[in-house]
Amino acid sequence: MTTDEGYMTADGRKIGGVLMEMKNITLRFGGVKAITDISFDIREGEIRAIIGPNGAGKSSMLNVISGFYVPQEGEVWFRGKKRAPMKPYEVARQGIARTFQNIALFEGMSVLDNIMTGRLTLMQAGLASQALWWGAAQREETAHREKVEKIIDFLEIQHIRKTPVGRLPYGLKKRVELARALAAEPKLLLLDEPMAGMNVEEKEDMCRFILDVNDEFGTTIALIEHDMGVVMDLSDRVVVMDYGKKIGDGPPEEVRANPEVIRAYLGVEHA
Amino acid sequence: MPDQLLYAIEVSLNGLMAGIMYSLVALGFVLIFKASGIFNYAQGVLALFAALTLVGLQQGQIPFSHVINAIFGTDLHSFGWTLPSVVAIALTALVMVGMAWLIERLVLKHLVNQEPIILFMATIGLAYFLEGLGDVMWGADIKKLDVGLPQGINETIDAVTFNAFGYGFFIDNLDIIAAFVAAALVLSLTLFSQYTKYGRALRAVADDHQAALSVGISLRFIWVLVWSIAGFVALVAGIMWGSKSGVQFSLSLIALKALPVLMLGGFTSIPGAIVGGLIIGMGEKLFEFFAGPLIGGATENWFAYVLALLFLVFRPQGLFGEKIIERV
Repeated sequence: MTTDEGYMTADGRKIGGVLMEMKNITLRFGGVKAITDISFDIREGEIRAIIGPNGAGKSSMLNVISGFYVPQEGEVWFRGKKRAPMKPYEVARQGIARTFQNIALFEGMSVLDNIMTGRLTLMQAGLASQALWWGAAQREETAHREKVEKIIDFLEIQHIRKTPVGRLPYGLKKRVELARALAAEPKLLLLDEPMAGMNVEEKEDMCRFILDVNDEFGTTIALIEHDMGVVMDLSDRVVVMDYGKKIGDGPPEEVRANPEVIRAYLGVEHA
Repeated sequence: MPDQLLYAIEVSLNGLMAGIMYSLVALGFVLIFKASGIFNYAQGVLALFAALTLVGLQQGQIPFSHVINAIFGTDLHSFGWTLPSVVAIALTALVMVGMAWLIERLVLKHLVNQEPIILFMATIGLAYFLEGLGDVMWGADIKKLDVGLPQGINETIDAVTFNAFGYGFFIDNLDIIAAFVAAALVLSLTLFSQYTKYGRALRAVADDHQAALSVGISLRFIWVLVWSIAGFVALVAGIMWGSKSGVQFSLSLIALKALPVLMLGGFTSIPGAIVGGLIIGMGEKLFEFFAGPLIGGATENWFAYVLALLFLVFRPQGLFGEKIIERV
């Protein structure tokens, strides 16, 4: 049962109040509607999934949340405040970190450097002090390094810390991207198809990491996925999109039983 | 040692020193190209503009005095002060930062996501605009720049080599200073980019714009930062070139000499800019020394470009540039 204060999950986790709310979002590219009048919320501590067939508008929705797209209509509320249209880097500074479907890492930089960039928004020292007052900047760097090392341990990527990201296999790149997003200590973590293109073993690893992140750091996670099986095991509540419209919203078992969802995924014969 | 060999050594040393002057200009190109993929044609003019501003501030020239005099019929030329070199250099550095901010505001901001060729055209426009602005602000006459750097033959090297080989090498003090300045510049740029958060942000932007945005880096701030640094590098190049040959408008043409340096060293490599400059500098002096007399001289005008052309054929990414592999 969902109330304003939150709810208990089946496995006994306490989910809090509303962290982010999308109100009547409509996004158009020229004459094409990518998203039509969609509303849903994301709650503190929750793993929230957005699913749907290809072209349903899932990635567009994630891009709206992370500021890469600005919707023509609708409101985005974050932590109880209506958000003015802002640039992606401003969204990131508000504490929303993300990964990309096609992986956007800094290929020429080492794994460690990549993850350190995740902490840029948390670093205090200004340009002048970085240039002039070496000591303070150095101390700050060390403190951030410690946090990053913890994340590296947590995601089991110690062995590739110094490797340039460009040389890593796909599955590990995905993990490094997750590490970089985590390094920002986000209030909301957005994962765009975290399991796409992975083999079964890598998928299982990624599932475990997502659950562990949520459990260990209490991070609120919103993810997009089209692998139904994975989503059902992972998430607390699911939004289902089809052709830019919301056709279902609720706990996995409820969504799975929704006839419209079944139709969107399996198709029905026209009588 | 035979005389011919001694001359060759002296010529190569002088070539290396000349090469460093090219490297100083090439460095500015590399910084902007690496961070934004823009080939900044205006880098040479930036150096000219910095040098003009430095001389103007130092000698207390009133900017736009020609225009003011023409409109108001006054006869203003000078504030009547002479600023110490250090103060004038610091002020000029500030002017270059302001210039970077203006360039971002007025030009780059409006050209986000445009084709590289459009941005390149924009920098050509910028180059001519800045050249004109420099002319109107400070006048077109050739100016002497003196910030107190030692010039002329280095007596110590002359004496030591004379005692050792019976032939004194002629090495200009200014060239030696230029070598140290270039080394210090490269060292500080490397430290900045490797060990500070802004350096890391800079490298991140150079690598992937989208990813940089997603970790909270403001691209516009980075553009201003990188153009400021390039402006500062231009100032250093302007000081060195201006001290050597006076501040004149042909200074903007040294940008063209930086081109072969970049082709050799690679457009994205800071060490490449240095090594490329050294190879070009030494190559053209040695070629002139050995082959010049045989084919009628004046080889320095074209040797660098032919060398760069050869490199383009065999190693298009330059010595240190990243190899471009396009997936098909």
